[in-house]
Amino acid sequence: MRSDAIDDFVCRQTLSASSKFKLGRLFKVGGLVLGSSVMLGACNLPTFAINRGATTQGRATFHLFQLFVIISIPVLLSVFVPLTWAIIRYRKKDNSIPKQTHSSIPIEVTYTIIPILIVVFLFVVTVQVENKVTAVSAHPNLRVNVVGFQWGWKFNYPAFGVTKVTQGVGGSSVYPQLVLPKGETTTIHLTSNDVVHGFYIPQFDFSRYALPGVNNYFDFTPNQTGTFIGRCSQLCGLYHSEMLFTVKVITPSQFNTWISQQSHSTIGA
Amino acid sequence: MRTESRIYVGIGAFFVLIVAIYFLWSGDSGNSIFLVASALLGIMPGLYLGWWSRNMSPRPEDVEDVTPDEIRGEVGYFPTYTIWPFVLGMGVFLTALAFVFGEWTAVIGMGFVVSAAIGGTLSSKPNVSRHV
Amino acid sequence: MTIAPERLEEVGPHFEHHGPEPTGIFKWLTSTDHKVIGKNYMYTSLVFFFIAGLMAELIRTQLFAPNNHVVSPQTYNELFTIHGSIMLFIFAGPFVFGGFANFLIPLQIGAPDMAFPRLNALSYWLFLTGSITMLLGFLTASGAAAFGWVAYAPLSDATYSPGAGPDLWIVSVALVGFSGIFTAVNLVTTIFYLRAPGLTMFRMPVFTWNMLVTGILILISFPVLTAALIMLYADRHFGTHIFSVRGGGVPVLWQNLFWFFGHPEVYILALPYFGIVSEVLPVFSKKPIFGYKGLVFATLAIAGLSTGVWAHHMFTTGTVLLPFFSALSLLIAVPTGIKIFTWIGTIWRGNLDFKTPLVFAIGFIIAFTMGGITGVMLASPPIDFYTHDTYFVVAHFHQVLFGSAVFAGFAGFYYWYPKLTGRMYRENLGKVHFWLTFIGFNVTFLPQYLLGLRGMPRRIAEYGPSDGFTFLNEVSTIGAYITAIAFVVFLYNFWVSWRKPIPAGDNPWDGHTLEWATSSPPPSHNFHKLPPIRSLRPTWDMNHPDHADWRVRQEEATAKRASQVESTR
Ligand code: HEM
Ligand SMILES: [Cu+2]
Ligand SMILES: [Cu+2]
Repeated sequence: MRSDAIDDFVCRQTLSASSKFKLGRLFKVGGLVLGSSVMLGACNLPTFAINRGATTQGRATFHLFQLFVIISIPVLLSVFVPLTWAIIRYRKKDNSIPKQTHSSIPIEVTYTIIPILIVVFLFVVTVQVENKVTAVSAHPNLRVNVVGFQWGWKFNYPAFGVTKVTQGVGGSSVYPQLVLPKGETTTIHLTSNDVVHGFYIPQFDFSRYALPGVNNYFDFTPNQTGTFIGRCSQLCGLYHSEMLFTVKVITPSQFNTWISQQSHSTIGA
Repeated sequence: MRTESRIYVGIGAFFVLIVAIYFLWSGDSGNSIFLVASALLGIMPGLYLGWWSRNMSPRPEDVEDVTPDEIRGEVGYFPTYTIWPFVLGMGVFLTALAFVFGEWTAVIGMGFVVSAAIGGTLSSKPNVSRHV
Repeated sequence: MTIAPERLEEVGPHFEHHGPEPTGIFKWLTSTDHKVIGKNYMYTSLVFFFIAGLMAELIRTQLFAPNNHVVSPQTYNELFTIHGSIMLFIFAGPFVFGGFANFLIPLQIGAPDMAFPRLNALSYWLFLTGSITMLLGFLTASGAAAFGWVAYAPLSDATYSPGAGPDLWIVSVALVGFSGIFTAVNLVTTIFYLRAPGLTMFRMPVFTWNMLVTGILILISFPVLTAALIMLYADRHFGTHIFSVRGGGVPVLWQNLFWFFGHPEVYILALPYFGIVSEVLPVFSKKPIFGYKGLVFATLAIAGLSTGVWAHHMFTTGTVLLPFFSALSLLIAVPTGIKIFTWIGTIWRGNLDFKTPLVFAIGFIIAFTMGGITGVMLASPPIDFYTHDTYFVVAHFHQVLFGSAVFAGFAGFYYWYPKLTGRMYRENLGKVHFWLTFIGFNVTFLPQYLLGLRGMPRRIAEYGPSDGFTFLNEVSTIGAYITAIAFVVFLYNFWVSWRKPIPAGDNPWDGHTLEWATSSPPPSHNFHKLPPIRSLRPTWDMNHPDHADWRVRQEEATAKRASQVESTR
């Protein structure tokens, strides 16, 4: 699929995203209508330097982010335009005393109500995307266990008995590689052996803490092939900046070939 | 005094509302305790101040158009200088350092703390300066 | 109700002195005068701002080029930890609630001193010793604390961070924390019990209001931090396992405790600076603050909400109720927005006199608005998943924190400098200081948003040449150097006005509030005479009887009564 074709596909997905938000049906329907109409517009807009998201989940985040940036433009202008005007127009000319205005109820009500409406809208779209991004499939195509440790990563494919681990500690140049099939849903089970780490893939628009004692689950459904860099985002000690890994997305058939070639205790990438 | 009390009660009431929503939604008792404590932190002083505001006549600072003859009594006693807070501060500092460097700093530190306690108490008779 | 003013007579026959007052170092050691203590706080925290600023320059120098080796990774981690800790615990907070608030609150409410002057002095000594303790870590064999200012467990426990450095960090934060609690008790009591006659709660200057709310927030949140520090210390030394999985503890508990303190702390650092801006803007526009009551309620709303949003720092832990914390975090944007529009309403149709304080205050509005908007983005969990712990966040919090503590902080410093010292600073140097800071600040931090979007995590000592981070980091580092030059200009200004003083006069700005009704610097116990207090702006009322606030109110009241009489007829 060409990338804009993917985009259209994702846009339609976003439109039909069903909300799990529980606070009431009215709210939900209203929010869906509002949210979707803006989402639709968001599909042909500039990226604002935001990563487009190489998974369906990440793509939803990308569109949400775009939407937030777009809404922030009039908000920013609503402050900067009057501010600039005041700086230019009301510069001191003489020693006269201006009219002593203390308040104006209509104006104050306006600048209270409008932000509330904006915020409610942002909340509704946030919840929709959040449910999509955090959803964990009951029947994923693949499961991978990821463990963060000082200072590296372990990727384990339990169904195939295959494990990939960082070699050497601190300054190792061999990064472990997480291999994922494109278009299929992989559930990641993330945890940590020692301190808190951050499992962060910038191109997937996603990160999650690897916490000792906590099992975190989330899904990736990659929508394009390629190799992406992964990093540790949460400070974890001396070699935090060197805890890199890569994610390689290949087609399902390539994936099957690859996994069958791995011996059952492969170390490294 | 009424406004003062309302601020605290208002904060307390806000936390009651928040903890109700949070607890019903998440069922998480650990974090709810923070919020319950915060609610109490608002309600307790709020009720205390509220009780006072009912049982006393408005103070000059609560009266919008106060006249000079309504103002009576001393504002309070305000010292101008004393060495004891410094001594006490050093004592606390040395005592706290014991958590890093071992008990010996606490021995010196407690010496300072005790002398500050004695010295401070003896010198706190309001005779240095008076503010009427 | 009559609102016409009568002049209140002499505050009282004054204090008898026993012996000469100490001077020089003895004054510094023994004074319980809130003005001396306030200045001590201010100058101490400015020194630490300078030290932490130097650390920032080192950090930025290390990041100037890929795979740079200016400092080792260990030193790098120590540098940003202590930089962040000093900036937050020792500079941004104490500068305003120890410095400005101490100096100004009694003056603004017409009180002779703080309610507990000796406790106040103790606060300062705990603050000073705590601050020094923060630096002691660099002198120990294993170095200073290196776990970030948030000290996440289990990285901060004895296994992963052994040595004296982390313990010194704990002791330092505890001492400074206690000092903050004492100051808060003092502030709240002073504001509740020592106001001048006629100065009702709703006649308090906005700065005083903000300090009251800040004080209450400190009382809610600091004890939680102290408790958490004690638990951490117990884990490190007494063999408890509160935060370690191996002993059945819960690491995330630390994050909950820390942020239950940490997010209110963010507002403890911001609200006082909002207060400063709300004092500066009206004076330099020759207008009252717009929508005073709305502003007060917005402040209270921020205080309440900010205590319910701590877990927005923990969205990516996967252990928190996302919609709840996201909703409350988004809601905070509303009262914050109210404040920004209030400020614009204040300067609207004013007579703007672009002196250094006003220029800095406007710089604050610009920085804070941008930082606030990216804050709203971060309140949305999916966006936070993408940007959490990246330079996007670094840029966001510097826009709000640097915006507050530096822009609004210096706005206040220049504004009250005549009151603090009786001298005037040099206007031209002030403007140069502003422009260098403004340019340097934006050049440093705006590129960091892009770095974050490209995936550069925060707190990394190195990046690779092929990561695509190099150019933006170079720009950011150059910006940091420009900011440093700006600070030198400030010091020079300070020095010049000290060596070649220009007397400022008691009320150089045509100020509105009570501190401008006494001499510069004010006498011991502050006032010989108070103007009558019949509105929010007693000094203005006294100097501009034709435009006095009470007159406006009285006319309104008369008009209302007239119309009532009309309608009953
Ligand atoms: C002189 C201008 C400043 C520069 C150039 C600067 C630069 C930096 C840099 C490079 C970092 C490290 C980021 C990382 O590696 O994650 C940092 C962290 C930080 N800065 Fe600043 N900063 C400045 C002023 C301030 C101010 C005024 C404040 C607060 C009032 C502040 C608060 C912080 C905090 C809280 C951190 C996080 C520390 C941590 O990660 O634990 N900075 N700063
Ligand atoms: Cu890490
Ligand atoms: Cu926060």
